[in-house]
Amino acid sequence: MPEPVSAAAEPLLAVAGLQAWYGESHILHGVDFDVSQGEVVTLLGRNGAGKTTTLKAIMGMVTKRKGSAKIAGGETIGLSSDRIARLGMAICPEERGVFASLNVRENLMLPPKIAREGGLTLERIFALFPNLAERLNSGGGKLSGGEQQMLAIARILRTGARFLMLDEPTEGLAPVIIQQIGRTIAELKREGFTILLVEQNFRFASTVADRYFVMEHGRVIDAFANSELSANMGKLHEYLGV
Amino acid sequence: MFLGHAITAQQLYGQLLIGLINGSFYALLSLGLAVIFGMLNIVNFAHGALYMVGAFAAHFLLHDAGLNYWWALILSPLIVGAFGALLERTLLYRLRGLDPLYGLLLTFGLALVIQGVFQNYYGASGMPYAIPPELSGAHNLGFMFLPNYRAWVIAFSAFVCFSTWFMIEKTRLGAYLRAATENPTLVRAFGVNVPRMITLTYGFGVALAALAGVLAAPINQVRPGMGADIIAVVFAVVVIGGMGSILGSIVTGFVLGVVEGLTKVFYPEASNTVIFVIMAIVLLIKPAGLFGKAA
Amino acid sequence: MSAKPVAATTNPFTREGREFAVVLAIMLALIVAAPFLAYPFFVMQALCFALFACAFNLLIGYVGLLSFGHAMFLGSASYVCAHAAKVWGLDPELAILAGVACSGLLGLVVGALSIRSQGIYFAMITVALSQMIYFFCVEAPFTHGEDGIQGVPQGRAFGLIDLSRPIALYFFTAAIFLFGFLAIYRTVNSPFGEILKAIRENEPRAISLGYRVARYKLAAFVLSAALAGLAGATKAIVAQNASLTDVGFAMSGEVVLMTLLGGMGTLYGPVVGALVVVSMQNYLAQFGQWVTVIQGAVFVACVLTFRRGVVGEIAAALKWSI
Repeated sequence: MPEPVSAAAEPLLAVAGLQAWYGESHILHGVDFDVSQGEVVTLLGRNGAGKTTTLKAIMGMVTKRKGSAKIAGGETIGLSSDRIARLGMAICPEERGVFASLNVRENLMLPPKIAREGGLTLERIFALFPNLAERLNSGGGKLSGGEQQMLAIARILRTGARFLMLDEPTEGLAPVIIQQIGRTIAELKREGFTILLVEQNFRFASTVADRYFVMEHGRVIDAFANSELSANMGKLHEYLGV
Repeated sequence: MFLGHAITAQQLYGQLLIGLINGSFYALLSLGLAVIFGMLNIVNFAHGALYMVGAFAAHFLLHDAGLNYWWALILSPLIVGAFGALLERTLLYRLRGLDPLYGLLLTFGLALVIQGVFQNYYGASGMPYAIPPELSGAHNLGFMFLPNYRAWVIAFSAFVCFSTWFMIEKTRLGAYLRAATENPTLVRAFGVNVPRMITLTYGFGVALAALAGVLAAPINQVRPGMGADIIAVVFAVVVIGGMGSILGSIVTGFVLGVVEGLTKVFYPEASNTVIFVIMAIVLLIKPAGLFGKAA
Repeated sequence: MSAKPVAATTNPFTREGREFAVVLAIMLALIVAAPFLAYPFFVMQALCFALFACAFNLLIGYVGLLSFGHAMFLGSASYVCAHAAKVWGLDPELAILAGVACSGLLGLVVGALSIRSQGIYFAMITVALSQMIYFFCVEAPFTHGEDGIQGVPQGRAFGLIDLSRPIALYFFTAAIFLFGFLAIYRTVNSPFGEILKAIRENEPRAISLGYRVARYKLAAFVLSAALAGLAGATKAIVAQNASLTDVGFAMSGEVVLMTLLGGMGTLYGPVVGALVVVSMQNYLAQFGQWVTVIQGAVFVACVLTFRRGVVGEIAAALKWSI
């Protein structure tokens, strides 16, 4: 059951002073933000600001991490990514990560159930993404960009993970597909999922986001709520260089 | 035919049979190498040595534990596979993320240790292993006599190879294997214990080698050097087939065994080296291997 | 894969030039003193293997190619030199040249076949091809199979120096070793060596800059094969025989061990490694088959905990590039 978002409740995800390295490269220099249960939070920023690295760092997919990333109050720095996944986190990466050596059905069924309840049924998933139902036996490498994106989102919906991290879900997609994804995210929000979104396209983000954090050079430099978006347009244009 | 001396049908079929048998071992061994390489990105130089250990395990089970061939078929791969998993968990896993050449060097060292230990205890000469009584004898097919044990080796190897292929390509477990081969980081982020998968995969590949050893024991002698003798040819088979394809490794193994057998009939002096020559030719035409994916 | 290669110059006024000169002086002093301190035959063997290891190291340390069948070059040159000296009656230096020509040519053929393959495939191909050479040597009549070629005459180098005298033979061998060692040093520090380094660090970029990468790699391979052949041919004169052990797989494994132990990608590493392994084998000969086990264990230990090798660790500690 979706729970009401309460400002007083402990955030589902609390990131403080998070630093991260890819190999020798020090990408994140101290990221601070939080996400409450049932919220949709968007990370904005230019290319190279560290948004993708932040998602990966939360998921434990980087070479090294320091600082704090608490999920439901428990510290996760030091946990491996499979343990973090089993806390209820799931990621849909920027490159989508559809496995070419698997067909669509195998891709969809691959992520194991990490919670007995909370996942969407296959019927619901096919209702959200009817194209996938038709392409079940196609090889993963044969899908179009839009189909890959839908598959990448669909497969984490089955698992029971309630905190979804979506990295650039609309990148390179046709407007019709973007709308479909927007409707899907809104639907998931209504169901009580918590979503951390990375998006360059803030017009799209504004249709679903509750709050925004702006990143630059591996740090969070600004934050505002969706209601304050138009007031901050000028600043945003400057940050994003658009 | 064209070599001045007549080749009887008996000789031809006899060598074809031997070729198929060798092909069975090449297929099983290159399959194991391919499975290990796919998941671990390591070329398991110890593969030949572990094949040898599999044969010795069968011998030990029979002569010291009173367990016959049929027990050995199951126990030897299990025991040696478990040993392989242990090797991965304690030694190989430390090399994850490093240049794969280190994996080659480490497994080479392991091969030396394993072979050296066995050579110390058993000497260089071989010990015989009896053909299980249920499989002794032969059938008269009219154009040749087909020894039962040899027929069994070929049939069972083909069965194991194709079952492995089926498991990897068509089942859910295989889907995990294929996905983890392609993108282990992401699979782990879905909640799958990938490190454990890697350990078990290595163990499985080693178990395949050990199984080949058990099958080989009644045919060849059980000798400490039997792994070293075969590893270079298996490498050549793998290079010819290309390591990208499971089915490719299996088919290449069987076919090359037959080619080697036929060469022994028509041009015996070249039979030792024909597979290497084929490798040289394949390298000139398609360096990635016949079934390999171009880098 | 390797430690940082030497980017030094021969200019004695730069830091790298001085480091190199210092270590070279030490090595020269040791070489000159050695026959008076240790059994000359042992030191000569060590020098031949040191050259062999240096040649092998040229490939792995500076081109990034692990040749697991390098004995084929050592052994084939050894056989050809032995045959040339014994059957054709050539002077030792000509017999050695014949051996080098053979291994260089073999290197050209093997290299052409394998150079297009990367990393592990390359290693496996060298294993297979060297096995093929081994089988050839077993069958070929001129090698006399299991017996090998025995009683290779040492003759008079350049018609003047009587090599049957140990000290003369020793300095002849030492001179050859130094020649090979300095040839490698010059190669690594030449424009050719710089290009090899660029290829090793970023091959796609080197290709996009217009370098015929395959040709450079092949050239390095042939050089490595020829120098390994030089070591093998010299060894045939020193030991007065050529046998299947010289083309065998154990020999290929040993040179890898020498280089790994001494330090891949360092100039002096293979020399130190060869010395250690040859000494180890002499000392451990009494243990018979356990030598294989010990060598394997050293391999495993080095790969896990001692990847930089002896010289690599010293170089890192002193911050020298040797």
